[in-house]
Amino acid sequence: MDPECSQLLPALCAVLADPRQPMVDDTCLEKLLDWFKTITEAGSSLLLLQENPCLVELLCHVLKPQDLSSRVLSFSLRLTGVFAAQEDCFQYLQQGELLPRLFGEAGPLGGAAWTAPTVRSGWIQGLRSLAQHPSALHFLADCGAVDTIFSLQGDSSLFVASAAGQLLVHILSLSMRGPAEGPPSLQADDWPPCAQKIVGHIEESLRSTATPQITQALNVLTTTFSHCHDPWTQVLWVQLHPLVAALLQKDPVPAAHSLVDLLLSVARPQALRAQAFAVLLQPLACVLQATAQGPGPSGLLDSTAADSVTADMLLPSKAACVGLLCQTLAHLELLLPLPQRPCPWPQAPLLGAAVTLLQLCRGSGSPASDAGRQLCALLLGCVRVQRAALDFLGTLSQETGPPELVTQVFAVLLEYLRSPDSSPTVLKKAFQATFRWLLSSPRTPGCSDLDSHTLLFLRELLPVLQKRLCSPCWEVRDSGLEFLTQMTRRWGGQAGFRHALLASEVPRLTEQLLRDPESYVRASAVTAMGQLSSQGLCVPPAGPEHPGSQQKSLLGELLHILSTDSEGFPRRAVMQVFTQWLRDSHADVVGDTEQFVAGVLQVAGQDLDWEVRAQGLELALVFLEQMLGPPRSHCPYAVTPPVAAPAGPLTQALQSLCRVRLFEFAFRALFDCDRPVAQKSCDLLLLLRAKTASSSSLQEPRSSPDVASVEAALQRWRAGDQAQPLGDLEPEVVLAVLRSMDLEGLRGALAESSDHVEKSPQSLLQDMLATVGILGENEADCY
Amino acid sequence: MLDCGLDMTSTLNFLPLPLVQSPRLSNLPGWSLKDGSAFLDKELKECSGHVFVDSVPEFCLPETELIDLSTVDVILISNYHCMMALPYITEHTGFTGTVYATEPTVQIGRLLMEELVNFIERVPKAQSASLWKNKDIQRLLPSPLKDAVEVSTWRRCYTMQEVNSALSKIQLVGYSQKIELFGAVQVTPLSSGYALGSSNWIIQSHYEKVSYVSGSSLLTTHPQPMDQASLKNSDVLILTGLTQIPTANPDGMVGEFCSNLALTVRNGGNVLVPCYPSGVIYDLLECLYQYIDSAGLSNIPFYFISPVANSSLEFSQIFAEWLCHNKQTKVYLPEPPFPHAELIQTNKLKHYPSLHGDFSSDFRQPCVVFTGHPSLRFGDVVHFMELWGKSSLNTVIFTEPDFSYLEALAPYQPLAMKCIYCPIDTRLNFIQVSKLLKEVQPLHVVCPEQYTQPPPAQSHRMDLMIDCQPPAMSYRRAEVLALPFKRRYEKIEIMPELADALVPMEIKPGISLATVSAVLHTKDNKHVLQPPPRPAQPSGGKKRKRASEDIPDCKVLKPLLSGSIPVEQFVQTLEKHGFSDIKVEDTAKGHIVLLQEAETLIQIEEDSTHIICDNDEMLRVRLRDLVLKFLQKF
Repeated sequence: MDPECSQLLPALCAVLADPRQPMVDDTCLEKLLDWFKTITEAGSSLLLLQENPCLVELLCHVLKPQDLSSRVLSFSLRLTGVFAAQEDCFQYLQQGELLPRLFGEAGPLGGAAWTAPTVRSGWIQGLRSLAQHPSALHFLADCGAVDTIFSLQGDSSLFVASAAGQLLVHILSLSMRGPAEGPPSLQADDWPPCAQKIVGHIEESLRSTATPQITQALNVLTTTFSHCHDPWTQVLWVQLHPLVAALLQKDPVPAAHSLVDLLLSVARPQALRAQAFAVLLQPLACVLQATAQGPGPSGLLDSTAADSVTADMLLPSKAACVGLLCQTLAHLELLLPLPQRPCPWPQAPLLGAAVTLLQLCRGSGSPASDAGRQLCALLLGCVRVQRAALDFLGTLSQETGPPELVTQVFAVLLEYLRSPDSSPTVLKKAFQATFRWLLSSPRTPGCSDLDSHTLLFLRELLPVLQKRLCSPCWEVRDSGLEFLTQMTRRWGGQAGFRHALLASEVPRLTEQLLRDPESYVRASAVTAMGQLSSQGLCVPPAGPEHPGSQQKSLLGELLHILSTDSEGFPRRAVMQVFTQWLRDSHADVVGDTEQFVAGVLQVAGQDLDWEVRAQGLELALVFLEQMLGPPRSHCPYAVTPPVAAPAGPLTQALQSLCRVRLFEFAFRALFDCDRPVAQKSCDLLLLLRAKTASSSSLQEPRSSPDVASVEAALQRWRAGDQAQPLGDLEPEVVLAVLRSMDLEGLRGALAESSDHVEKSPQSLLQDMLATVGILGENEADCY
Repeated sequence: MLDCGLDMTSTLNFLPLPLVQSPRLSNLPGWSLKDGSAFLDKELKECSGHVFVDSVPEFCLPETELIDLSTVDVILISNYHCMMALPYITEHTGFTGTVYATEPTVQIGRLLMEELVNFIERVPKAQSASLWKNKDIQRLLPSPLKDAVEVSTWRRCYTMQEVNSALSKIQLVGYSQKIELFGAVQVTPLSSGYALGSSNWIIQSHYEKVSYVSGSSLLTTHPQPMDQASLKNSDVLILTGLTQIPTANPDGMVGEFCSNLALTVRNGGNVLVPCYPSGVIYDLLECLYQYIDSAGLSNIPFYFISPVANSSLEFSQIFAEWLCHNKQTKVYLPEPPFPHAELIQTNKLKHYPSLHGDFSSDFRQPCVVFTGHPSLRFGDVVHFMELWGKSSLNTVIFTEPDFSYLEALAPYQPLAMKCIYCPIDTRLNFIQVSKLLKEVQPLHVVCPEQYTQPPPAQSHRMDLMIDCQPPAMSYRRAEVLALPFKRRYEKIEIMPELADALVPMEIKPGISLATVSAVLHTKDNKHVLQPPPRPAQPSGGKKRKRASEDIPDCKVLKPLLSGSIPVEQFVQTLEKHGFSDIKVEDTAKGHIVLLQEAETLIQIEEDSTHIICDNDEMLRVRLRDLVLKFLQKF
């Protein structure tokens, strides 16, 4: 606890203990409790109590007969539980007899305060917190708390009753976890007395004729079996199941809902999972059966289950059919990557079902039965099912399938990509699914290039992509470009892909989309062109037969977008491309890297979009690393030879950084009104300082006049006046300025969120005191 | 007669008419029979494995064998595409009736006919082939010539004079206008939403209503939306003119059109769009207006070449009242309803009557050309096909659904140019039809047989057929169909003075009856009750005799009876009047009262009462009077 809080705490405890100072806002008490929980989780409770005796005084004080508010009493009970969760602190409180006085018969339990549900709830929660160690178990047994908990199961407050049930489960499992000497016996007769007592109570309740009691017992058992799968739970079940079975024979069955919950929680999980999966597969089995060319099971469900499956469940209405199919597909999609998915996974029939669904939605399937034809009429043109099925199909690409089915997958994907009726969202999903299937398509052994089937597919795909890039719908152009970027990133280096792409019009069309009227499309075109260019897949500038396009290098075009585009997305995309180009030593950049970096930083520094400025810092960082070497690894196991940067190259590198005006850019960003930019700049300058720390040749007295003028200028910048440029900087001056700056302090300040002051515990304590007028002069935080 | 469209697919069997001499077409080899005989080689030419008739193109006329068109009184036209055969009917069949159509239908129909006549007349062809039509020879020809039907009835195109004469017989009508036809029925055109001035028709009498739904659209394009409400309560709905390409969604096709157009132009190629001078072209130009800037095509010239291009573009702007709401409101701003005005103003769209003249000096490539005819057999399109067909950079995009694009392209093969088929047919598809029928709920639907089953190539597509209850009645060519309703009632008017004289008697609460004596006068299918002539005054001479000749005899009227006879009370009354030994028997239809002593039977049934007694008129009259006591007279 920080000293400021320690100072405020006695006053606060005094306020809490004073019945004349009612705490109106009980959320403050909750926050206070949360704060104490954080403190005790991080350190010793005992120490806390010893250093702040006011806390124990508060706990003692609440025991005095007085009109203390039930909220404060409840708070104190819960606070005591938090402290007593640590065994040494528990002992400490025991010595003062504080615990029995708070939780035993002598405490609030017998008094008038007990009528308030919040006090009963506080009592339970306090015990729930402290019941963490064997000493606590003894205490519970000695003070007779367990009997009180039994009776609280039937409390008029539902919260109290439910908490009591959960506390019982907790105590049972704590006592069965047993002492350190070993696992508890599997013989129920040998169980610890506390556990025996609870089990005895449950047995008694199950034999009861009163439904509420039966319900309480069943709920305790359900919670136990759902949360704990230790061997003793099986013993418990063996012991209790005759009583449960007896309940089932009663007419009417008492507490039927609770009984079902219990039975579900004890059922064998594997068997249940298989049943649940069968239910999930039914709609798709229907689809396969309705469209099957011949009789026989679809392969999704075994023949007995399939017999009972009829297409009737899908056919009553379009809404029902579509809703059911979409849900099924979404669930299966979530299930596929999970380790606990059913085994064996019916990949081939599911693939078949997805393809069939997509065909039905397009009217291209050929259902043989009436049910199939009806299904076709229901699903025709249904965008929701198309989207869900394409997503699902994409997910299925994680597994292989029989070759003839994979061929069908590509065929149906191509059909969707080609179709003029595919809606923009469906097309996007079709592109995504296609990419995933291309990723999973087999490679020729020993060669990383695409196999011949995939290349054939690609040759059919590219004309479609070409057309989509000219779509009147911008969403379609955009998803086409995204797809192209993904493909190029993945296969741009491979001969087959390069050949097919260069033979198409796609690169030229992409270049034209840099001037698209829609900013998202321009941004995607920038990214795509950046990628194409990185892979050497850009076509030479348009010839005289294309008067529409200007002869301009891509670099120039992108710089033009960066400096003139009215929307942020394309400018951000340009910065990302430039950063990547610098990182990859792109041919257009390598020629004159300094000029490139200087030009980009100059434009980016003036951008109104903070993301562009932040990306500028990213680019600056890449440049810096290229000049000075990468940052030292922070991994403690990495072997890092102690290398001192040689002075000569360092000087040159710094001069280079000065020439591109990287420092001016970074210093300006340091005082940026957008925190992420400032943070990034701070990190960059810290890195730079660390890089240059070992260099001795550049040590200069920091009192030179240049340094002073730069520092003065920076002071003005910090104050908001950034009009004056820094001018040409010498490396020595920069280093001197860097050393004089409290960059660590700045980084700390920037790391804190803007509401960190309001959220601090000190602020909480001050607020609580201010509301009762103790800190009259204190400026309370305004929420 | 409902509509009179012209089947122009017959022209696909003919060689294209090149506007500029085409060495390729004129040097095609003549076709000879398998046995080597070459007597047809002047008439038939072979091109890429297909045989074409080298002659002025001919059209297939509406059925003339089955009905005598001179007996047709009225022709109702639905839209300008459905009137192209009109000159053949009005000018050559003895037709003397009236044709009804809306004004835009007539004006744009005139443009279409004018363009057709112009396309054909400006390339005069001396030769008119007829030898091949000989049935014995036709059998020996290869398909599709061999299978062409009714070739003997095929005719050359009409002249402008015939067009004018035909159009002069048209009576202009407006939407919802009620037109009396001979007093028998009333016909009313309703907006069908398909094209400027396109109509559905209601044909109704006082008690029956037949709707004729043809070429309708529920999509939001330029015309006024379809009037569905007025089609309700139809006894019969005759449904035709559905989309020819039910699997092609117009929105998707427009997207496809734009994408392919941009793709071609960006690669430096030209785009050719064979089209009609009115209709979908307005919507395409509007889409392109929105698209060209975004696609970076602002510098690409768009050319619209048609003898009627100017009129078509201008007409579209002046039919404000026939346009959709959005476009109508523009007129009040005032702005031109269609944005092609702006395209013309900014020189992005240029139009020319022909490729001769100004066009050849303005022509700049790459460009987009809209021109006719979609059959590719005549019109300026033939020239562009010859000009651009050799380069794979160019693209021809088919948007009109009337012709098979493969057949249209046949005489241009081999072709390097790319071909894209984006048929844009905004007419109703089957899903829309089923919604429409649910909304309108006609008692019976009558439609062509093709609509009642899925297309043969897609037999599983249950969605590609009309699904309604009761099932639609279908018809096929030359089939005579009795519409499923009987005319049970006629409305009769009653003259005011006659109505004044009526004295109604309430026989049941809410139901009054009155007897009326009048003369039913029927003329022009109108029935009127007029007061009967006064009983002839006894005056002598010829006059009286003449009067009795003119006016039918009016007998003295007996009163009408109504009501029923309560048997128990009747028996009591009989007993009161001295009859005894009365026995009552129940029969299936009523009762028999037996007066055993008097040997008399009284049969009382729902609609008759008989008194059967043996030659005792006195007794009968007595009994009759007793019966009458229970009945009301008027």
